[in-house]
Amino acid sequence: MAAPRAFLRLVAPVWNRGTCGVRGLSKAVDPEGSQRKGRTLLQFLTDRFYDVEAVREYLLRKQVLKVQKKNRSFTYIEERYGPYVAGAYFVLKQGGTVKFRDREWMRANERGLSSLEFRKLQEVPVEAVDASGCAINYQGLDNLLALKELQSLSLRRCPHVDDWCLSRLYQLADSLQELSLAGCPRISERGLACLHHLQNLRRLDISDLPAVSNPGLTQILVEEMLPHCEVLGADWAQGLKVGPEKQSRDAAGSPIPA
Amino acid sequence: MLRRALRLRLGPCLSGRGLGTYRGGSTLDWNGKVSEIKKKIQSIFPGGAWSPLYDTSHLPPERSDVVIVGGGVLGLSVAYWLKRLEKQRGAIRVLVVERDHTYSRASTVLSVGGIRQQFSLPENVQLSLFSAEFLRNINEYLAVVDDPPLDLQFNPSGYLLLASEEGAAIMERNVKMQRQEGAKVCLMSPEQLQKKFPWINTEGVALASYGLENEGWFDPWCLLQGLRRKLQSTGVLFCQGEVTRFISSSSHMETASGEQVTLKRIHEVHVKMDHSQEFQPVECAIVVNAAGAWSGQIAELAGVGNGLPGTMQGTKLPVEPRKRYVYLWHCPKGPGLEAPLVADPSGAYFRREGLGNNYLGGCSPAEEEEPDPGNLEVDYDFFQEKVWPRLAQRVPAFETLKVRSAWAGYYDYNTFDQNGVVGPHPLVVNMYFATGFSGHGLQQAPAVGRAVAEMVLEGHFQTINLSPFLFSRFYFGEKAQEHCIL
Repeated sequence: MAAPRAFLRLVAPVWNRGTCGVRGLSKAVDPEGSQRKGRTLLQFLTDRFYDVEAVREYLLRKQVLKVQKKNRSFTYIEERYGPYVAGAYFVLKQGGTVKFRDREWMRANERGLSSLEFRKLQEVPVEAVDASGCAINYQGLDNLLALKELQSLSLRRCPHVDDWCLSRLYQLADSLQELSLAGCPRISERGLACLHHLQNLRRLDISDLPAVSNPGLTQILVEEMLPHCEVLGADWAQGLKVGPEKQSRDAAGSPIPA
Repeated sequence: MLRRALRLRLGPCLSGRGLGTYRGGSTLDWNGKVSEIKKKIQSIFPGGAWSPLYDTSHLPPERSDVVIVGGGVLGLSVAYWLKRLEKQRGAIRVLVVERDHTYSRASTVLSVGGIRQQFSLPENVQLSLFSAEFLRNINEYLAVVDDPPLDLQFNPSGYLLLASEEGAAIMERNVKMQRQEGAKVCLMSPEQLQKKFPWINTEGVALASYGLENEGWFDPWCLLQGLRRKLQSTGVLFCQGEVTRFISSSSHMETASGEQVTLKRIHEVHVKMDHSQEFQPVECAIVVNAAGAWSGQIAELAGVGNGLPGTMQGTKLPVEPRKRYVYLWHCPKGPGLEAPLVADPSGAYFRREGLGNNYLGGCSPAEEEEPDPGNLEVDYDFFQEKVWPRLAQRVPAFETLKVRSAWAGYYDYNTFDQNGVVGPHPLVVNMYFATGFSGHGLQQAPAVGRAVAEMVLEGHFQTINLSPFLFSRFYFGEKAQEHCIL
């Protein structure tokens, strides 16, 4: 704002610019050669601050686009082979495993995915999906939500699955019986509140969720919310502090398991 | 003096190359340096940007392309989209003027923070849908290199609006329209409601609409800080001051039918500093009125409404502050984690807050009982008499509760039709409005910001058509009434 900045600009070119612009100077031997080179590179970058910032923003943007590309929807496959195969193809391409009804677990092999197998599996519903560690996000979940007879879904350690994604899972409420969300860094207790739609759920794994503020209390509330479901996760005593008498006993005797 | 300064750098700085060799545009040659120094010297003289007599760093700049009056979520959203949609990086200079940098009375931070798509106008549904998408991808929109990602603390629990017999048909029509626009809302009968949420007393409820996706509540302070951080990185200027005057010029013109019309154009905005008489006249091309509850006063300063009543000149901006209370209570046996934001047909609403069985809620008072908006004092009797009985009737567990605290905030209430005012004023040609949202401004802010930026840059709405929200409807009497107001 206003002028002091302008004043600094007047001084800065004179003091900070190492390169000279004064007429009539003769060449001089340069004693600190390599240090000069380092300083020139840093100066070069400092002069181009906004360009470097633009490059960094571009790299950040490229990372985001990479995840989005992985989560595009395969409309061609869906039209040709149906929603089950499209969902399975999506999971296999991301690196997960899929189990069709009455078949074994399938994993993508090095040769890729053959269309011959898929032609046989057009009408066979997908029963279980293990997408552990895959880069599935909100958009990519479209492919999974089309699998209307999915019984078991494992989203362990998925880095992009967050509360918004959980709010979409109500579409699988009729069939989903087993869900695992262990280790997802972005899921918090607010997303877990949306799981009350899944009334057929029998096993839910919510252990090791770093973004949940109070794991013990969250487990109790989720158990109350889903009475027919077995909730694996934090032990209710986790997060409780040991009382003063117990502490002195601990110091004397053996540690009490939590 | 300058030559001596230059000579001091002679020793260690020799690079051995001659003058005028191109080094990538960052090093000025001698002629360039001279002209720059001349320009700086000229700025010292009166009329220039530098005043050597006293420090002016707290004052806003002397000129700016766009001045946004009001630094709440709507003002910052307009600034964000102006910077995002400008054709060339740094093309538009934006100044945001906010009177209170602690935001102690701003509606944004005192808001309950809900977002829903259950409105009665299709434009409102579209605005909310886009805003939900913005919030979902907030770390892509508001990404700043090297800063940590934002955590909006969004609860996707949805809104549950209850309707009695009279309102059931309207609710059904609204839900049909909302689903057509793309909102994921479902209708529930009282039996389904009882089964899903057993803590509700369904007596008097004929129909309920439940938002399944993209609805819930979030932390508005986090959104505000995220926008502020992103704007500072894109070079938007912030100023703490109050707008006290507009200097404008008028031109008298004749319409095609021979009527005389006076068009006004604002040239300068006088920004007065806090606790002082000092002010800075800021020359501007465009003024955006995003002052929330005080937009009416800003519009009056610009001369909106100075004329005979019944003419376009005399049509005032019908936005006034209305005080609303929010109470926080603890109820040990209250609804569980699955509770959405429940809104009773009588207008009382509540939602969960956190994991500890705390609940937030309130109720909009009837027209006759409107509290005095002069201050933000809380009236606890209002809770005892109006809010608690209604909530206890709807959720029997709330019969035993203990109020922990309460606060009050303003709605920028549009007395005409409770919907926002967006777009330019027909007579004050360079004043744009982004205000009057009567309690649903926060949830529509990203989309409204984009609409206003499109209007400013292109001259018409491009993505969402908000022509029903233009100012001229106040003169023509065309109400765009929003019925689902909480």
